[in-house]
Amino acid sequence: MTDDTRTMRPTGPSRRDLGRWTLAAGGFALAASSPLRFARAADPVKVGVLLPRSGHLALIGQACQRGADISVPILADLGYAVELMNADTESSPDVGRTQAEKLIREGAHVLMGCFDSATTAAVAQVAEQRGVPFVVNIAADPKITEQGYRYVFRNFPTSAMLGMGGLSLLNDLFQATGATPKTAVLMHVNDSFGQSMLGGINALAPKIGLPFEIVETIAYDPKARDLSVEVAKAKAAGADLHLVVTRLNDAILMVREMVKQRYEPMGIISPGSPGMYEKQFFKTLGKNADYCITNVAWFDPKQELNGVLQSAFEAAHPEETYELNVGFTFEAVLVAADAAKRAGSTDPQALTEALRATNLSNRVMLGGPISFDEKGQNLNIKSAAIQNRDGRPEVVLPAPNATMEPVFPMPGWGSRG
Amino acid sequence: MLSIYLNILVAGCLTGAVYGLMALGLSVIFGVLRVVNFAHGEMMVIGMFGAFLLHGAFGLDPMLSLPIVAGALFVAGYGLQRGLINRYVAMPDHIQFLLLLALGLVLTSSNLMLFGPDARGVPLDYAFDSFEVGPVLLDKVRVYAASGAVLLALALWAFFRFTHLGKAIRACADNQVGAQVIGLDVLKLYAVTFGIGAACVGAAGSLMVLLVDVHPYLAADYTLLAFIIVILGGLGSFWGALLGGVLVGLSEALSGFLIAPSLKSMFSFGLLILVLLLRPQGLMGARQ
Repeated sequence: MTDDTRTMRPTGPSRRDLGRWTLAAGGFALAASSPLRFARAADPVKVGVLLPRSGHLALIGQACQRGADISVPILADLGYAVELMNADTESSPDVGRTQAEKLIREGAHVLMGCFDSATTAAVAQVAEQRGVPFVVNIAADPKITEQGYRYVFRNFPTSAMLGMGGLSLLNDLFQATGATPKTAVLMHVNDSFGQSMLGGINALAPKIGLPFEIVETIAYDPKARDLSVEVAKAKAAGADLHLVVTRLNDAILMVREMVKQRYEPMGIISPGSPGMYEKQFFKTLGKNADYCITNVAWFDPKQELNGVLQSAFEAAHPEETYELNVGFTFEAVLVAADAAKRAGSTDPQALTEALRATNLSNRVMLGGPISFDEKGQNLNIKSAAIQNRDGRPEVVLPAPNATMEPVFPMPGWGSRG
Repeated sequence: MLSIYLNILVAGCLTGAVYGLMALGLSVIFGVLRVVNFAHGEMMVIGMFGAFLLHGAFGLDPMLSLPIVAGALFVAGYGLQRGLINRYVAMPDHIQFLLLLALGLVLTSSNLMLFGPDARGVPLDYAFDSFEVGPVLLDKVRVYAASGAVLLALALWAFFRFTHLGKAIRACADNQVGAQVIGLDVLKLYAVTFGIGAACVGAAGSLMVLLVDVHPYLAADYTLLAFIIVILGGLGSFWGALLGGVLVGLSEALSGFLIAPSLKSMFSFGLLILVLLLRPQGLMGARQ
């Protein structure tokens, strides 16, 4: 009877099966309706990109954005799945904070940005409060990684690292070329950046033991239309070396005046400021742009990934400069993608743990493998001396990474063919 | 050391001559219409962009494109006065100020939309050349620009002095009612005057682009500079504007060299305050 009963049992689902299925369906519906915070590993990691694409930092913000945009297809080829969620900080810390909140609300797994230190500090607070990891692409203020934040990771040198790297390369340059200047004139843009660089140079110079004395310091208006007087003053100082802290337009004005006034120091060297490696500088000054030297955190020409990024960037943006803003922003996305891949999850805690364990040797910028100390700072970033040669910036120091030998003293303006 | 001072003095004078031509336009407009052109710097920047565009499109040297730019600005200035500003000539000063300030904002925003915020220069073969006269190095571009400015100022002076139209404009400036009584079309002469002022500043823009890279935000600086120069020289005074330009050029050069380059503008303003205290009508202005 029992057997009969068994054979007569209907073949459809039992009440128990129905209960199980209902629970499973309910669970699935619940998961689908809630924010997808625990995605599968194959899902792309959503990177909230915070950059100043408008406002007074717009030009650099857009340069960084190009670095972020171009990272997606390159990283896909390397097996990383990344989705960017772009937000404009409008060059304002307040807007940056609001945008960070919005990106987290909309499902960003990790934040990335913000180019300027003030906005980066504001976003770091949001990341910390909301427990979402934040990878800093560019921002040099040391305080950002000195606050004891648990979710902030910076793959960019602090201003102290930049200053030290930029100045110590001067001695390497003099040693490599066998030419040592005895005096220097320092010409700098008179804004907060120029003043902080000036402070850094004055503080670090005695520690590093620079062989020259700065005989004249000339500050000029950041909105200067003409630098003829400033250059005449520098020429009158009769110093061997012309040290500069510039931005782009003033760097062009300065070199143009130096040529007109036939002011020919041993070299024009920036210990870590923008301007002289940018495309517009080469385009405007032609052969007179050559032999200027900038000591700055730069690409490693010996890294294979740098070649891949450079080719892709130059194909996509032939009119734009391939420079450090592009490189560090690319690396920030790479760091986030690598952490997500290793974590196998987009859970913020798992991502944060993975970021802390980062050890990426396949990178584009100069230095050792990307890794973070207990404060979230990458200490493996090196500065390079890049010299303008034949219309493009070339790494001339450190020697193992160099593509050309440094030329110092530079040839005179009239002897450049 | 003497050669350095000579170089700086000469460079200051040469830049000042171009400043003078720019301010001349403002002075001419005020002298006749009694309208203060708050969009003066914006018109200068349009002249600079005009020369920049003509160089980009046809490879024209700004010295050669100067007549085209000046002509275009004459037409624009004539139309502006005829179509808009003539309606405001009899209105209180503050309404005129607001109108021209608004016009200046519209022009700067339009330039930003068209050209973006980047500085743009005109690359020339002789941009880096200098003449060597004894111990003095004369920047070739600055010499050309200053010579152009002085020649144009002389031509303008001859126009006002010797031509029938120039005399009619001066008659309007001296006595508007009298000019109307003898049958002059005052509103048309006003439009011609504004056109001449605009052409002057357009020509100055063509010359200035040889010295300075152009971007839309330059406009406010140039409006302010033009005001300082004409107040120094005497509002409405022809030669006063040129003298004021040279004085500002010299004070910028000397203060930048002897004291601190960051304080260059401070000395222009200091000079202005001094003149306002000691000779309020300006160095060459007529006492009211």
